[in-house]
Amino acid sequence: MSLFLIVALPFIGALLPGLMIRAGRQPCAMTTFFVTLIALIGLLTHVPAVMAGEVVTAKAAWLPGLGLNANFFVDGLGLFFAGLILGIGLLIIAYARAYLSVADNMGEFYTYLLLFQGAMVGIVLCDNILMLLIFWELTSLSSFLLIGYWKHLEAGRQGARMALAVTGMGGLAMIGGMILLGEVAGSYDLSVILESREAIQASPLYMPALLLILLGCFTKSAQFPFHFWLPHAMAAPTPVSAYLHSATMVKAGIFLMARLWPVLSGTEAWFLIVTTIGLVTMVLGAVIALFKNDLKALLAFSTVSHLGLITMLLGMGTPYAAMAAVFHILNHATFKAALFMSAGIIDHEAHTRDITRLGGLRRLMPVTFVIATIGSLSMAGIPLFNGFLSKEMMLEEASHTTLFDSPWLVPALATIGALFSAAYSFRYIVHVFLGPERRDYPAHPHDPGPGMWLPPAVLIVPVVVIGLAPFLAEPLVKTVTRAVLGGAAEMPYAHLKIWHGLTPALWMSVIAVIGGIVLLAAYGPLARAWRAAPRPEAKVIFDAIISGAVRGARGLIEGLHNGALTRYAAIFTVTVVAVGAHAWFTGTMPAATSQMIPLNPITVIGWVLLVTATGCLVLYHRRRLIALVLMGVIGLMVSVGFNYLSAPDLALTQFSVEVVTIILLLLALNFLPNETPRQSSTAIRLRDGVIAITGGLGSAGLIYAMLIRDLPMNAISDFHLANSYKGGGGTNVVNVILVDFRGFDTFGEIIVLGIAALIIYAITEALLAGPVRARLEARKPDQPIAGDAHPMMMVVMTRVMMPLVLMVGIYIFLRGHNEPGGGFIAGLIVAIAVVVQYMASGFAWADSRLHYPYHTIIGAGVLVAGLTGIGAWFFGEPFLTSAFGYFRIPPFDKFELATAMGFDLGVFLAVVGAVMLSLESFSRLAQRSRGQPSQFAMDIDPSRDDPDEWAEKES
Amino acid sequence: MELLLASAIGVLTAAGIYLVLRLRTFPVIIGTSLLTYAVNVFLFASGRLVVNEPPILRDTATSYTDPLPQALVLTAIVISFGMTAVVVMVALAAYLSSEDDHVNDQPAGLAAAENDAKGKAGP
Repeated sequence: MSLFLIVALPFIGALLPGLMIRAGRQPCAMTTFFVTLIALIGLLTHVPAVMAGEVVTAKAAWLPGLGLNANFFVDGLGLFFAGLILGIGLLIIAYARAYLSVADNMGEFYTYLLLFQGAMVGIVLCDNILMLLIFWELTSLSSFLLIGYWKHLEAGRQGARMALAVTGMGGLAMIGGMILLGEVAGSYDLSVILESREAIQASPLYMPALLLILLGCFTKSAQFPFHFWLPHAMAAPTPVSAYLHSATMVKAGIFLMARLWPVLSGTEAWFLIVTTIGLVTMVLGAVIALFKNDLKALLAFSTVSHLGLITMLLGMGTPYAAMAAVFHILNHATFKAALFMSAGIIDHEAHTRDITRLGGLRRLMPVTFVIATIGSLSMAGIPLFNGFLSKEMMLEEASHTTLFDSPWLVPALATIGALFSAAYSFRYIVHVFLGPERRDYPAHPHDPGPGMWLPPAVLIVPVVVIGLAPFLAEPLVKTVTRAVLGGAAEMPYAHLKIWHGLTPALWMSVIAVIGGIVLLAAYGPLARAWRAAPRPEAKVIFDAIISGAVRGARGLIEGLHNGALTRYAAIFTVTVVAVGAHAWFTGTMPAATSQMIPLNPITVIGWVLLVTATGCLVLYHRRRLIALVLMGVIGLMVSVGFNYLSAPDLALTQFSVEVVTIILLLLALNFLPNETPRQSSTAIRLRDGVIAITGGLGSAGLIYAMLIRDLPMNAISDFHLANSYKGGGGTNVVNVILVDFRGFDTFGEIIVLGIAALIIYAITEALLAGPVRARLEARKPDQPIAGDAHPMMMVVMTRVMMPLVLMVGIYIFLRGHNEPGGGFIAGLIVAIAVVVQYMASGFAWADSRLHYPYHTIIGAGVLVAGLTGIGAWFFGEPFLTSAFGYFRIPPFDKFELATAMGFDLGVFLAVVGAVMLSLESFSRLAQRSRGQPSQFAMDIDPSRDDPDEWAEKES
Repeated sequence: MELLLASAIGVLTAAGIYLVLRLRTFPVIIGTSLLTYAVNVFLFASGRLVVNEPPILRDTATSYTDPLPQALVLTAIVISFGMTAVVVMVALAAYLSSEDDHVNDQPAGLAAAENDAKGKAGP
């Protein structure tokens, strides 16, 4: 089966449990089981090739430029881990079916479990370290969901958060380390990195990369001082603990250390850091485990201890130690998962997992007793079980390892670790199963159904079989070890066997077992002494660090981001000015080259008008109507300036936009207060003034610096000028750019304009549907209303003007391709012509003569523009390619027709529709506040009688 | 001419920033409009200033102004109308629904107290 499919299957399968749970719990569990089974079978199809020493790959280039390839490969190590993940996953799925109660949402659980499974398989099979990082983070996320699965448990939520914080932080470090590693090796593909041992170890980046990667591995694999999250993660349902926190996820860090062993190991730094941390974790975990009364906490610290053991072996850097590490990974996964499941059974049946409330379960739960005893004896390192074999190899390797110039340090501490390990393993048997039966169990304990005891029993089989016949595991262990070593070291010439002779390791084992029995015998006084002794509580320290970080972050954020938009604006302006000033004072500029345009009196007058109007606007901005008038002056001066500086199209556009903007603001001002109250203190206004003047100086300085220098390179405009007529068929280059060269931009822009108008329409609708409507209707105008809202002179004049203005609009539209004008400007002019009718003759009169709603016009505009663009496809050209030709229809002169005109028509319609829809929305609000609209266009109509008389007649 | 234009942009920018930093919606809208002028003229001027050389192809003309900034600014002017309209609508909707035209969130109780005071002072 393709490796892609093996990795994808759990992810695809994760969609199913949530659906299948509707068919019942059994179908849900079966689906999950079979998804995993198919993936496992698919993996097993690669076994013959991998055992023969081949590497199976599946490659797909995704973003090769970034070094991102969806490459997967399976070698001995990948096969081993993927087999563990999928194989134990199967057992866990079966176990969870029996373990979860009816109240638990099983679909959710299996979905998370499959997500996790997919992420783990991804980690162990992927060949690209960037993808590996993504899978790595996915395991952290899915483990967060699984630990916090029982959302009602506070401990579960806290444990999930702690695990996410610690492993997430490690993941962050890992990203840095992996990127450094990829940069040094010149590739993000593991297969390439694994070949570059010399280059990586010689690089000055080796040390930072090593430290960051190890940080990621140590947090994930719960190594000291990050071990504290694992016991808190035990609030998870037991299947999760058995799966994630003994067999798979916590081994991800170990896996990565093994995977990168050929390139990272063998240096002094690797040896010192990894061996020391592993040794400390092993001893510390074992000592704490002995004194835990919670079964799962005991197993959790024992897992920490065993992970330390494996880490230490990987740190030693010798091929034999690597082989021992691989063997112990296998053995630990089998006995520890079985033990976790047995703890889950006890918890499930006796309703407690507190050792002090248990004891004497031997007769009550014989099957569980057998499973737990075999697992514990293997964990203790008793011969004829698999744990003995790898522990003996560890002790053997430890006996001739010199750390910190002391040949005694490692062997002594390793023996102490093994001793405590034996002690807590015996405690698990003696204090839980042996001793007298009690009468005060929270529930009457008995063996569960096969659904719960069968999965751990399956795992116990290899514990015994490998323990009795280690040569059966030898081909697998050797293949995996060969993959771990890569080309970096020779395979050790050693066999897995029970009897090695009277070696130092055997004596160390004997000391450990006897010492373990002695410790357990003296457990009572020892435990009292332990509880009396002061020791740091990891959770307290962690919480203090987290709350300190939260305080710091909150202080920073609330200083910058306190909900006051004005403050954001000020911070933004100051930051931009500061960055600009930095560039200004540190950068260099070429000398001024360009010729200045001489001044003439007219431009000076225009400048004076603009600056005076702006100054007055700032001074009088509180009087809002005056502010609008001044803004009109500024806009006018800007458009005059455009005209003077050879931009007639801009002048026309600015002028017509100015008109509609002022109308819009007047309509809005109708509802807003007429005056802005003085609110800021003088000091604040002074501060704002300083910010504003600095910003103004900055922008003026920047544009002046640009203007006194010529363009640094030839602009693309030469192309536009040269091709405007030849390619686009128009002499107005600005218009040809809009409808042809950059037609796609324009297409987007008219869509944005249409969306803006629709937003305004939607807000108006929402307002009129809500409580605002009543408020508007009850609203009293705060100013006297004009006697005749619709003066006759204006009505008559606008109606006469209407066809003329439309004519101008059409003229501007048609000439646009060759002379100043075009769709945008024509649209604005026509919109103004229509708005004037609303103003003069009233909303109701104008609205009743509207045949096409403005939404339709916007839509038609976008559609026409789009269809024109698509038209080019029929001639095999790209979207929006324009064509043009010259036609003669007698008696007219020859004239030009271009498809660009169709596009410009779309622009025209969209602009008309958008402007009118916005203005109409505002006037609908105004209409609402004015009560019933008059049915007559004019308040005074010559065809009617005097209104007063008419009113009398009415009454 | 260059100096006049640069100083005009500076004055518009400064006035725009000052008004954007006010506390009520209306001056902020006016301020953003001033900033729009400033930015549009800035972009336009980045193509350098030219007098009497419009970007209309003529057989007699020898040189032209840069048409590209003009095309970009033309659409920018129209779009900025659309954006102004949306912002005005949002400000108006906020004022109509809460009778409060402050830009920033008011400390709880303050706005209500102000409204009460207005209600008492009113007829």
